[in-house]
Amino acid sequence: MRPVRFNNTPKEALISTSLQVAELPDGHQGDGFFASKLSDVIGLARKNSIWPLPFATSCCGIEFMATMGSHYDLARFGSERVGFSPRQCDLLMVMGTIAKKMGPVLRQVYLQMAEPRWVIAVGACASSGGIFDTYSVLQGIDQVIPVDVYVPGCPPRPEAIIEGVMRIQDLVQNESMRRRNTEHYKALLNSYGIE
Amino acid sequence: MALTNEIVQQKLVEKFGDQLTHWEEPFGMLTFTAPKEINLKVLQFLYDDETLQFQFLTDLCAVHYPDKKGEEIAMVYTVHNLAKNIRVRLKVYTDAEKTEVFTTSALYEAANWMERETYDFYGVNFIGHPNLKRIMNVDEMDYFPLRKEYPLEDQTRIDKDDAMFGRDGRGI
Repeated sequence: MRPVRFNNTPKEALISTSLQVAELPDGHQGDGFFASKLSDVIGLARKNSIWPLPFATSCCGIEFMATMGSHYDLARFGSERVGFSPRQCDLLMVMGTIAKKMGPVLRQVYLQMAEPRWVIAVGACASSGGIFDTYSVLQGIDQVIPVDVYVPGCPPRPEAIIEGVMRIQDLVQNESMRRRNTEHYKALLNSYGIE
Repeated sequence: MALTNEIVQQKLVEKFGDQLTHWEEPFGMLTFTAPKEINLKVLQFLYDDETLQFQFLTDLCAVHYPDKKGEEIAMVYTVHNLAKNIRVRLKVYTDAEKTEVFTTSALYEAANWMERETYDFYGVNFIGHPNLKRIMNVDEMDYFPLRKEYPLEDQTRIDKDDAMFGRDGRGI
């Protein structure tokens, strides 16, 4: 008898049940070919290879560290490659209180990211200023940059952050290829003073 | 010979006489008030005098007393004699409308940033300061946030207008 009963009844891993494969987009297939929409294929590829840029300023950043760790493992969603250069990243994850003095810095980081780019505001402070309803704190990062997904919580649990990333994945997968060229999108950026 | 509060007080009274008022010793720390016109002279004397030698500025800050008409802003200087390990606190009161006070940044290098901070939060105008501009808050801020007439909450905010956040229309 082993003193600790971990792994004393190992299961045989079955590739059919333990490996998750991305779902095939709608299309026609036959012997040696598969025909589908290019936008679906690109959406599929983008969705499963989002590079996050963590902008972690306080306790939500600690929750994000747990999210990236092996227990919650954001890598399952194709986001294990955390980049610390805005120029290479797709998803800006703002986690924590953003002081007004930090606002221009955050904006600069956003401007340095290449299109297409997405933003997720994690936690009450990034979303609305949270409990810091005061002269020195930015009352939500959507005052300086556009935000795609808000994750509530103070701080949110890793499950909530993963849920937010999955909502981002939905947006990434279903976004029109032309969205970033539309007048509507330009007007959105212009409303933030971004040309 | 140990430097005591009595010796410090005696020295100061010898030099400045009745101009120094409100002598007290809260928690054993000698505290007194001077007219704001001679704040620099008093500190210079504390710095230069051979027995006093208060050559380290521990802290410099302001306090806002909105009910004290004509002397709403109190400037508090805490100076330290490092060799004898004794501290003295000097208070100077000024009008909230006319906050001109002489800078001590020529006497104490440490006063440079502390005076900028005090200007930033209380709007005290330090005459002769080499670089009197905001240090902690954003440059665009057009008020002095730690003055009591400004509520703690961010007044630019429009999504929180209920009583729970202190915005029930009463103002302050």
